Amino acid sequence: MNLKLTNRGTTLIATIIGELDHHSAEHIIQKLDAEMMKSSTKNLIMDFSKVNFMDSSGIGVIIGRYKKIKSLNGKLSITGINDKIRRIFNLSGILKLMPAYENIDEAIKKM
Amino acid sequence: MNPINEVKLEFVSKSCNEAFARVVAAAFVSQIDPNLEELADVKTAVSEAVTNAIIHGYENGNGIVKMNCKLYTNAVEITVIDEGKGIEDIEQARQPMYTSKPEMERSGMGFTVMESFMDEVEVISEVGKGTTVKMYKEFKSVGNQPG
Ligand SMILES: Nc1ncnc2c1ncn2[C@@H]1O[C@H](COP(=O)(O)OP(=O)(O)OP(=O)(O)O)[C@@H](O)[C@H]1O
Ligand SMILES: [Mg+2]
Repeated sequence: MNLKLTNRGTTLIATIIGELDHHSAEHIIQKLDAEMMKSSTKNLIMDFSKVNFMDSSGIGVIIGRYKKIKSLNGKLSITGINDKIRRIFNLSGILKLMPAYENIDEAIKKM
Repeated sequence: MNPINEVKLEFVSKSCNEAFARVVAAAFVSQIDPNLEELADVKTAVSEAVTNAIIHGYENGNGIVKMNCKLYTNAVEITVIDEGKGIEDIEQARQPMYTSKPEMERSGMGFTVMESFMDEVEVISEVGKGTTVKMYKEFKSVGNQPG
């Protein structure tokens, strides 16, 4: 299992667990998109606090979900990125598209 | 300078081998005891090159990916080779955000990640013949440990 999904009101929280590469991305996208399509979902939080490896495949996953949630008029926030992962985030510039917070509680408060 | 150690690995182009390849590279490089950040850099760069061979080189079909690693006293050279599709315009391929597969949710950041996590990245490619990506990194922490 490399994805945990929880709902808080209309916000879907997706906690990615372990390694996020091309191999695991396919499974994560499938499960996450199926849940996002449910009518109860408006906003999305992607939590990276339990990710111990990520390459550029992770950037593709985030941009893909960003486009989906935007088309549903919702918002996407990112939480729990460590220094290692942050370097890839910074290279890609995606933090200009969405806010990043320390933890899930903070992201919910600011949603 | 001659390498102090060398390994060669061949594996089929299955996505589950991406993790295998980067763990092998990290374990091999660990012999000269780089720090954790340097190890993570190598893992990420290998993951990018191997993923590209599988997705772009072989377009998720069958093929053999080769990875050769040469270890020096304080550096590593890693070469990832496929005999797949090849790259028409290498300069364009290396541009940040350029991807030929946007529909597959690729972000076009792979080469940019390799370039920023390794010291040197050389790409040799011929359409219809395949692609070789040679990466070199010096470990600043090795040989400079306190005490
Ligand atoms: N081994 C390869 N064989 C054929 N084409 C390649 C190979 N490696 C890279 N390319 C080409 O270079 C482009 C850029 O590669 P890069 O890794 O930077 O981005 P990407 O793989 O498209 O996206 P990302 O790595 O962010 O998921 C690819 O879209 C592809 O067209
Ligand atoms: Mg790539």
